[in-house]
Amino acid sequence: MADLLDVAALGRSGVEELHRLTDRMVEVCHRPIPKSPALRGRTVVSCFFEDSTRTRLSFEAAARRLSADVMGFSAGASSMSKGESVRDTVQTIDAMRVDAYVVRHRSAGVPHQISAWTDAAVINAGDGQHGHPTQALLDTYTLTRHLHGTPATGAGPAPGLDGVRVVMVGDIRHSRVARSNIDAMVALGADVTLAAPATLLPPTIEAFPVSATDDLDAALATADVCYVLRIQRERMAEALVPTMREYTATFGLTARRLGLLGERAAIMHPGPMVRGLEIAPQAADDPRSLITAQVANGVPTRMAVLFWALMEAPDAVAAPGESGGEFRIETETETENTDDTEETPT
Amino acid sequence: MSILALRGGRLWNADEGPAERGGTPADGPVDVLVADGVIAAVGPELGDHDADVTVDCSGAVVAPGLVDLHTHLRQPGREEAETIESGSRAAALGGYTAVLAMPNTTPAIDSAEVVREVLELGRSALCAVHTSGAITAGRAGETLAPLAEMAALGVTLFTDDGDGVQDDALMRRALEYAGGLGVVLAQHCEVKSLSRGTCMHEGDVSTRLGLPGQPAEAEELMVMRDIALCRLTRTPVHFLHLSTARSVQLVREAKAEGLPVTAEAAPHHFTLTHEACAGYDPTFKVHPPLRTAADVVAVKAGLGEGTIDAIATDHAPHTPDSKELPFDQAPPGMLGLEYALALALTELDLSLPRIVELLSIRPAAIARMADQGRPVAVGEPANLCVIDPAAMWTIDDTGGASRSRNVPYVGRKVRGRVRHTVCAGELTVLGGEAQG
Repeated sequence: MADLLDVAALGRSGVEELHRLTDRMVEVCHRPIPKSPALRGRTVVSCFFEDSTRTRLSFEAAARRLSADVMGFSAGASSMSKGESVRDTVQTIDAMRVDAYVVRHRSAGVPHQISAWTDAAVINAGDGQHGHPTQALLDTYTLTRHLHGTPATGAGPAPGLDGVRVVMVGDIRHSRVARSNIDAMVALGADVTLAAPATLLPPTIEAFPVSATDDLDAALATADVCYVLRIQRERMAEALVPTMREYTATFGLTARRLGLLGERAAIMHPGPMVRGLEIAPQAADDPRSLITAQVANGVPTRMAVLFWALMEAPDAVAAPGESGGEFRIETETETENTDDTEETPT
Repeated sequence: MSILALRGGRLWNADEGPAERGGTPADGPVDVLVADGVIAAVGPELGDHDADVTVDCSGAVVAPGLVDLHTHLRQPGREEAETIESGSRAAALGGYTAVLAMPNTTPAIDSAEVVREVLELGRSALCAVHTSGAITAGRAGETLAPLAEMAALGVTLFTDDGDGVQDDALMRRALEYAGGLGVVLAQHCEVKSLSRGTCMHEGDVSTRLGLPGQPAEAEELMVMRDIALCRLTRTPVHFLHLSTARSVQLVREAKAEGLPVTAEAAPHHFTLTHEACAGYDPTFKVHPPLRTAADVVAVKAGLGEGTIDAIATDHAPHTPDSKELPFDQAPPGMLGLEYALALALTELDLSLPRIVELLSIRPAAIARMADQGRPVAVGEPANLCVIDPAAMWTIDDTGGASRSRNVPYVGRKVRGRVRHTVCAGELTVLGGEAQG
């Protein structure tokens, strides 16, 4: 069992390993029957203490494509609304013998806390303003494969983001997506510049090996990637931005700024987008936009993460009577025919 | 008349001259005889003297009992976390003979009625229980609490601890009003508009963790304001749990100017930094928050030179349930009564007499406790603790005598242990065990 609590703990090799697994999951997803028995008999529980339809569906689809049993709850329907503590919820679920928790919570650190209370794997599906590791993994996967293509099986070290200039623009201070992406991109060798008014930058930017600018135009001119983050309207009430019009004018990826971006540069956004606010419709739909690919890579990335989290101790998960007990990511049909010859992912 | 003999200990200030020792002559091992709550004799090998109880103090140091200026006893209202009984037991085990209860109870200690209730509950406690009173009614920061009414019952220190008094004009009025009462106003310095919604120190750690942080300035601005208001009103101001380097510097300057200000620091602010929050364990959540290593250095320096007058525990019990909440939702605070002395002896590069001043003499003077922090000398009230200064031990997670167990020092090896405590002439701790 392995936890995925934040990206920093993975380091470059961990991120690359998960990317390689994602390649294989993409391949599974393109099969006529996009399903593998790899996690058959395993139970994944999605604990969405904070609602997130997109992320929850993505994780549950990923678990099902690997044949895991899936159960879960969302905040509104859970006994949390009756005052039950997170720990009691975890103990109740633990008693049902689950193998992995997928945890979303509005407070930073809850996945860390849960990992201390259970032996099951804990996967952070977004915690407060801290992290959203699977988003960062799917984003960096999308970007590396966009830049370098999918490496052949058994090829050397996976291509990283060495020397790639990323401009991340938007509400970085309040963004878990930004924190995880900074960790992942920097781990892969990218040169990250944050562009935002100081009120939306982290108060201690030295905590990250990045630079910051308030001149988005200049930053875009040399960028290989413009990663746009959502801006929420409540930031006006907190006096972090005066007006949305002013924000768009200074930090929006507008149609004009699209012209500043190089021809081969990429545009990314984790969604959900507010078109016309942080990103112009023309930018979202520009041929340089990877936004659709980001969405498409969500399920394979989460398949890779679930597989990785549960494959640590293959012996411990051998089903009785099954030969080997190693994980397989073959399709159901192939598995039946080639039971003894399946390859084992590394 | 029952006689208690403390046999063979060394006086805490034996290295000083006889005058500093309150006339006690010996600098070697001495016996201290206690009768009727008063020290009846101090001297080498006083013999049996028909002592009813004799306790061994050999190898140990006899010091005045410790005095805590900052204890959350949680009663009334939060008895599941602590009671006056359990808190005073923890205090006795920590060497304390007096504690000052903080007023953020439910209801708040903001009236003669609640003061009487707390003092009454304190009568059967294992240490003297004094109470502070709130500065404002309900600690709401809007109108003055009946300070004179509470002062008449012996309350000498007023604070809205847990919150600072935010309104400048109200704080000015409180100081003016209190000036005539001969009491001290104590402030929890935290400007709410800068700290609202935060749960730790603002810095690189909070940035990495994605936890909203409060800048050091949230504390320093109020220290600055209250120094100005002290200058304006000349009423004594005591600064609770200072945690930042600039706060220490501000108090240093105010003292140099001759203003009647005093200050305390909590053990966690000279032993822990914000890095402790990295695992999201709410045990390390406290207000003011754990700060940087540079702040720890400054707090230690402030204690060493006397800018910070006292070590006060800010003993703040919280039930395990509440400390299992998400970090941003968990209540702030940590236990301290049973650890403060050992942490001071271990982590501060100060002599034992200096540490006794910080833990007993100065806090007793600040809270005007006439029978505490006195010399170990004939005729003085027998509020004493006997310390094994060299005893090594490891802090565990049990929480000791507290009803709570939010201990941030688990696994830490420390030096110095309380062997016996004598409160008002009665043994409250014997051989490290609470009595009664």
